[in-house]
Amino acid sequence: MTEFQMFIMVALATLATQCTRWTPFLLFRRGTPSVIRYLGSVLPSAIWGMLVVYCFKSGTLIEGSSGIPEILASLVTLGLQQWKRNMAVGISGGTVVYMALIQHWF
Amino acid sequence: MSSPSPSLLPAARAALRATLPIMIGFGFCGFSYGLYMRTLGFEPYVPILMAMTILAGSLEFIMASMLVGTFAPLTAFVVSLVVNARHLFYGITMLDRYRTTGRMRPFLIYALIDETFSILGTGHVPEGVEQRWYYFFVTLFNEMYWVLATTIGACLGKNLPFDTRGVEFVLPALFLSIFAASWQQEDRHISSIGGLAVTFVCLMLFGPQYFLLASMLSIVALLLAFRTVLDTGTELPHD
Repeated sequence: MTEFQMFIMVALATLATQCTRWTPFLLFRRGTPSVIRYLGSVLPSAIWGMLVVYCFKSGTLIEGSSGIPEILASLVTLGLQQWKRNMAVGISGGTVVYMALIQHWF
Repeated sequence: MSSPSPSLLPAARAALRATLPIMIGFGFCGFSYGLYMRTLGFEPYVPILMAMTILAGSLEFIMASMLVGTFAPLTAFVVSLVVNARHLFYGITMLDRYRTTGRMRPFLIYALIDETFSILGTGHVPEGVEQRWYYFFVTLFNEMYWVLATTIGACLGKNLPFDTRGVEFVLPALFLSIFAASWQQEDRHISSIGGLAVTFVCLMLFGPQYFLLASMLSIVALLLAFRTVLDTGTELPHD
């Protein structure tokens, strides 16, 4: 990919992101239809589930990994989140454990 | 903006307090993102530019993996729309609240990220603080944390005195944490489980290239089909 093509990709990602942020404000000036309100309440948790699958699909993690460090670090992240109810703790704890596992044991 | 007037200070202070956890989380994630981009071989200005323009952490990580691949503008656009579609629902919630914010409204909408919504979406504004300035500072601070942390990570890059292998786990950890946090807050988990299951099936059926789009469409279709069962009407405030 050339530098120009990279700029195009970033510009399109920016444009699409801004579309998702502006659309409701441009579309629903007078009130929100009930179907949109319903989707607003149920869609987000499904999207988070979708993104969990997305980031664990093959190719996004280290090549040739057995999967054990990923499973252990995920359990640490979930455990910390369940215990501390703080995303910063869960994210940093899981990542530090993963780095330690990858670098020293696997 | 000229010199800060006294009425701005309480709003800035309250916003700083409210965004402190975000500062820590973004400090780590933004730093890791800047670092991650360097390990992929990008110049420091690329992650910094992306942090300022795209301004959506999860998408920036996804774009990182797309930028090392082949030129695929349509996929970039559609994946960005799909991944950030949740912003539509932030906008719907903030619709009425942002109506009275005047000239700062375009900025508030431009930078309406997950973390800003997680604070402002609750509707709570600290006492003795002017609402629109509180909105402004929470939005501004969160954006600044992200851009600054990315810049630091991108500039230090490979000169770090320690081994950074494995830092890419920050992305799965981010999504796992958001998923778990959302799980903890909901009464019924059918939508969370559905999102996982539908995406997994789509990954098997359509392969890694098209499964995001397929999953998104299937999820919306299923949620609409089962609306009578799922719509409790109590999860968002009606106004």
